Amino acid sequence: MVDFWQIIQNASVELISPTTAAYALAALGLAIHFGFTGLINFGQAGFMAVGAYGFGISTLTFHFPVWAAVLTGIGASIVLALLLGVPTLRLRADYLAIVTIAAAEIFRLVVSTPNAGPITGSADGLSGYKTGFAALNPIPPGTYGFGPFTMNEYDLFLRLVAWTVVILCCLLAWQLMRSPWGRVVKGIREDEDAVRALGKNVYFYKMQSLILGGVFGSLAGIIFILPRAIVPSNFATTLTFFVYTVLLLGGAATILGPVIGSIIFWVTLSAVSGFVARAQEAGWFPGMSSVQAGQTRFIVVGVVLMLIVIFRPQGVFGNKKELAFVK
Amino acid sequence: MEVTGSTIRAWQRGVILLFVALLAALTFAGGATAAHADEVGGQYPFQFSGNVKNDGKALAGVKISVSGNGYSAEVKTDEKGRWQIGVPSKGSYSVALDESTLPKGIIVVQGSNPIVAEFGKTTDKTVNFFLGVGEKQTTSFGQELIDRIVTGLSFGLLLALAAIGLSLIFGTTGLNNFAHAEMVTFGALATLTLAVDLAWPLWLAILAAIILSAVFGFVLDAGIWAPLRRKGIGLIPAMIVSIGLSLALRYLYQYLYGGSTRQILGSASANIQFGLISISPFNIASMTISVVAVIGIAFFLLRTRLGKATRAVSDNSSLAAASGIDVDRVIRIVWVMGGALAGLSGILFAFYRPGVSWDMGFQILLLIFAAVTLGGLGTAFGALVGSIVVGLFIEVSTLWISPDMKDVGALVILILVLLVRPQGILGRKERVG
Repeated sequence: MVDFWQIIQNASVELISPTTAAYALAALGLAIHFGFTGLINFGQAGFMAVGAYGFGISTLTFHFPVWAAVLTGIGASIVLALLLGVPTLRLRADYLAIVTIAAAEIFRLVVSTPNAGPITGSADGLSGYKTGFAALNPIPPGTYGFGPFTMNEYDLFLRLVAWTVVILCCLLAWQLMRSPWGRVVKGIREDEDAVRALGKNVYFYKMQSLILGGVFGSLAGIIFILPRAIVPSNFATTLTFFVYTVLLLGGAATILGPVIGSIIFWVTLSAVSGFVARAQEAGWFPGMSSVQAGQTRFIVVGVVLMLIVIFRPQGVFGNKKELAFVK
Repeated sequence: MEVTGSTIRAWQRGVILLFVALLAALTFAGGATAAHADEVGGQYPFQFSGNVKNDGKALAGVKISVSGNGYSAEVKTDEKGRWQIGVPSKGSYSVALDESTLPKGIIVVQGSNPIVAEFGKTTDKTVNFFLGVGEKQTTSFGQELIDRIVTGLSFGLLLALAAIGLSLIFGTTGLNNFAHAEMVTFGALATLTLAVDLAWPLWLAILAAIILSAVFGFVLDAGIWAPLRRKGIGLIPAMIVSIGLSLALRYLYQYLYGGSTRQILGSASANIQFGLISISPFNIASMTISVVAVIGIAFFLLRTRLGKATRAVSDNSSLAAASGIDVDRVIRIVWVMGGALAGLSGILFAFYRPGVSWDMGFQILLLIFAAVTLGGLGTAFGALVGSIVVGLFIEVSTLWISPDMKDVGALVILILVLLVRPQGILGRKERVG
């Protein structure tokens, strides 16, 4: 018999998990790029990786304190945004797509080479960078929460920090998009030439948007690695595609969309894989092995991504009047 | 009390024996132990191990390296000639022995170096090299360069088959098709199923796989893309649909075929010598097939009515429709061709790597995009030129940079070319800003 209560409990853990927060933040960065400015950034995994490695390497190799390590991660993402933006933001939109996807892969391949091992840990990645962050924890040791949300003091602190960062970034993005800056950026998405005709420097606005979304991406990368280790294969192109799924689930040109999208994504993913795994154990799917049961969820992600774009392009929260996609 | 020399020696021998026993116990404990000089990646589930001996004598300090599936590691053998390398996933790896670390006058005399090794049913695999006295035939730099150029051409041409299909689809429909990678994988998987699982003769399996790939292209267009075009979906939503399709198909392949790499043909045959150029029969066959296919496409595009119609649709589809060309039919044919070409490319890639795996197409997707962009988006012959540049660059660059960085080089070149010449090598100079 399939224990549905257990599946629901396991899935509800994802409601507030740091991974959900990290995806929400990465998707918010992408919302600024893609939803509001119309920049097709296919390298959000690269921005996350740069943030994660900036944090990890500066902590482990240079023994930076936590605040300096976070600033290093943010600085690295600004450098990456400038490197990508300077050559491509003047070109047609799809060039940025190709260059960002290539740059993210270049970064991942470079940090995975054995020659970079002493600094980046090559294919094994990095770990042991959390002590500084854990030392900041003011919460006394113990067990907190209830039911599926029972956790120790580190997990509680991590969740508080992660979601505080998400909320602050949401507020910042919300205020920015209401400001004149936000109106110019949305104008660029709708009609670049019209904005140019009004005397705005489109190139600089795009660059600022690329940097802002990239910084959100690097913060997401740092949150993403705090509950686990840095493993380069986590930052493959598939991560970018998952973040796009999260973004489009919630609505590309919304502030809360990415957050809700991330929660829906992770809760559903956990529920689906939990259900399939248990149903397979119970023999509901003859001919399916337990390994295969674990793989079905990615097939589901792909199909869901297609269905949203085709049938509800504005996402769950988007407004159909505000164009969800650049033309 | 006087200690005699012999007791000291006995005591020392005892310690050494104990130490060796400990070392052996640690080595054979299978990975839970800390890393030694002769053992890396102990934390991984899959272990390669071996014993380097010459004429029964163990050789210490010989460098062994394992690479493949995005992972690489190297160790030196211990004083018993043993080594062990753990790898994170099952699959096919290339195990190489660095002959410069062997004693003078000893080389790998039999079998290949590097050896392509795979795990069977178990999680460990023994790889041994056959050593013997001999003189290493050192290949000169020029020889090496020629070999690399030949391999690079072969790889570039197989890349071109996929790239031309992608470019034709982009030209006629404006779609950046990320699921093209899965069309490449489809050809290889179909060949694997027919030739290995159903034991068809290889030529028949390949022919059938190409036809199946063409059908796959037809089904994708008829089932997904034609309805979406009729719905009037934008180019960027369409691109994201193709990403979703790519994810779904890729993990469906993994679901059906598992995560391992399987071989279509067991062993490679010896190289054939043409004067200076030593070339494997596979490379000859692959290049011949690719060149024939490319000439076929060129003839189709330049000399036939349908080819002219295709180019017209690429140029301006509304104008083409107005002058009486059935645009939907042209696009359907382009998808069928694209499917067949991608499938053929996947089959050749399966022999080039070698091996068939669920994500093999996705591994070269970025290179295909790089080739198309390098040559000029939407131009079929640009895709050919771009592919050959990418293929040559990837192979020739391994003369100077480490092989696991070769894809990085190709992607850096892509970005650099875009900086100087955004329209690509053969692209028309137009405003792309």
